[in-house]
Amino acid sequence: MSNVLEAKSVSVAFGGLLAVNSVDFTIPRRSVVSLIGPNGAGKTTFFNVLTGLYKPSAGTIDYEGRDITDLPPHKIASIGIARTFQNIRLFGLMTAEENLMVAMHSRLKSGITSTILRTPKQRREEQGAEDRAQELLDYVGLGKWTYEFARNLSYGDQRRLEVARALALEPKVLLLDEPTAGMNPQESQVFIDFVKRLVAERDISIMLIEHDMKVVMSVSERVTVLDQGEKIAEGTPEQIKSNKRVIEAYLGKSKESK
Amino acid sequence: MSTKVTKPNNVARSNRKWIIGYSIAGGILFAIYQFLLPWEGLPLGIYDAVYRWMPPAAVNESLVYVIMALGLNIVVGYAGLLDLGYVAFWAIGGYCAGWFMSEFFYFLNIHFFGSVAAQAPGIHINFWMVLIIGGFVCALFGVLIGAPTLRLKSDYLALVTLGFGEIIPQVFFNGENFFGYNISNGTKGIVQVDPIPIGVKNLGPFDFGWKLLIFILLTVIMVFISLRLRRGRLGRAWLAIREDELAASMMGVPLMRTKLASYAVGAFAGGLGGVAFATHVNGVYAERFNFAISIFLLAMVVLGGMGNVWGVILGAFILSWVNGNGLSAFGAFYNERFGTDVDFASFTFLLFGLVLILMMLFKREGLLPESRLKMVLHVEELDEAESSTGKKK
Repeated sequence: MSNVLEAKSVSVAFGGLLAVNSVDFTIPRRSVVSLIGPNGAGKTTFFNVLTGLYKPSAGTIDYEGRDITDLPPHKIASIGIARTFQNIRLFGLMTAEENLMVAMHSRLKSGITSTILRTPKQRREEQGAEDRAQELLDYVGLGKWTYEFARNLSYGDQRRLEVARALALEPKVLLLDEPTAGMNPQESQVFIDFVKRLVAERDISIMLIEHDMKVVMSVSERVTVLDQGEKIAEGTPEQIKSNKRVIEAYLGKSKESK
Repeated sequence: MSTKVTKPNNVARSNRKWIIGYSIAGGILFAIYQFLLPWEGLPLGIYDAVYRWMPPAAVNESLVYVIMALGLNIVVGYAGLLDLGYVAFWAIGGYCAGWFMSEFFYFLNIHFFGSVAAQAPGIHINFWMVLIIGGFVCALFGVLIGAPTLRLKSDYLALVTLGFGEIIPQVFFNGENFFGYNISNGTKGIVQVDPIPIGVKNLGPFDFGWKLLIFILLTVIMVFISLRLRRGRLGRAWLAIREDELAASMMGVPLMRTKLASYAVGAFAGGLGGVAFATHVNGVYAERFNFAISIFLLAMVVLGGMGNVWGVILGAFILSWVNGNGLSAFGAFYNERFGTDVDFASFTFLLFGLVLILMMLFKREGLLPESRLKMVLHVEELDEAESSTGKKK
């Protein structure tokens, strides 16, 4: 199968408001796709549906050929759909390492008794988790902050730690919600390189919500545009750039076309 | 290539030193009460002072409170779930002792390594087993109570636990006719629980010294469990839930199961405390399990320092001492000295209220805070120079 994730005619209604209206969306294997749209277009809502936080009022979501529409969030996370948050949501009073180890929760097996008795198996498991955490921290360039509390890290490092935490879930699909918000152009460029490296080195697909068009256009293989809950365009960055409806959604209609 | 970073002390995984320190402190305490006090060569002045300020019964009672507070700390301090009905577990643990270690079920005759004569009626199971039974029965009730209530968030959870904390003691209070069965003797209580067998002898209600040793042992077990769990997979998940529930669930932490685990472990400690308390007062009395106890235990956790076992132990000791003996002893001392007639003991709750208000104003993280919390409440943010070197003040 070429698509890791397939959302079929997904709708989300909050009362009378249709936040997402019958959107079809696919994430091809080992690709980078973006979701853009003006504020309030329903992008984050769509993310929340994919990660199980909201249940769609209609439609289904398939992941690796399996229907995950009704799975609870922690199940969805543990089978391989990880995310970051628009406004960083790290565990501030836990160390960088602990943040990552929380995300390994579903991969670790030790229970109450084995933890209390600290059985050899439990110790091996903990050691393995620590090693993997260190590896990931090195990978995202936070290797020296292992034992620093997340809240003490700089903004950019916190963003990176969030990505590392999501990677600790060993996901097949990584959903990044405005990852470059608040970054300057240099930092954004570093991020672009990072995303490219990630897809090149790991078996992972990335879905981005992003406002920075430079980032969107330089990393995405496909861009989808939402406006008021509806998908108004989909295509390569080049196609999207010249799409009339997209320009209208962002800038409003020009006088002639009215 | 992996970067090598040395672990700072506060996150070091193994921490065995406390066991030695704790054993020494416990041993000294035990030696004082078991051997020094009954010693005839002891000057009468010291004997009087100890009995006045720190009688053995008060120390033992404090230790029971420590056990309970440590259990509540797992629920409130670790997982961040406000539980206002913890006394329910104390009651259930107490009645486990009442049921399985007394002549309450006089129509039965079940003995299992008990400490009384084989012809005595009732169920007489060995104290150490009853401890475990009490712990597990409470853990089971923790799960039963938790399953419907833990879906609620913060304030609502607190309210519902408050309800359960009232309901369960009331059931025992009126338990003389529980659908036709007597489960608790109602207000009369279950009097005379079996002595504690320790191999060489049986500990009755007045063997304070030896019981002190047993209660110290139980607190060691609770500290041990708390610290080990805190550092493991489950402890991390609890902390993550305390920090940000939604993010935790998005990182694959099953919220319900993890919260239930904290309830179960906390309730287990409640069971231990309940059984210990029953042997301490040599009976189970329904009117003792009231709402004030839940608040009292919560105050211990908050005063000492939520999430830090040492703080909680300190808080439990201080509050239970003031409540049980300290204030009245101080009152007697004061009245004698100044020829007044003030009933200090009646000001207990005024004092508690005042202490809590002052704590919230000036030292919100408690007397001995968890290192993490100390940071939030006092150090605001690292300044630029500090964050670039990664050093804290």
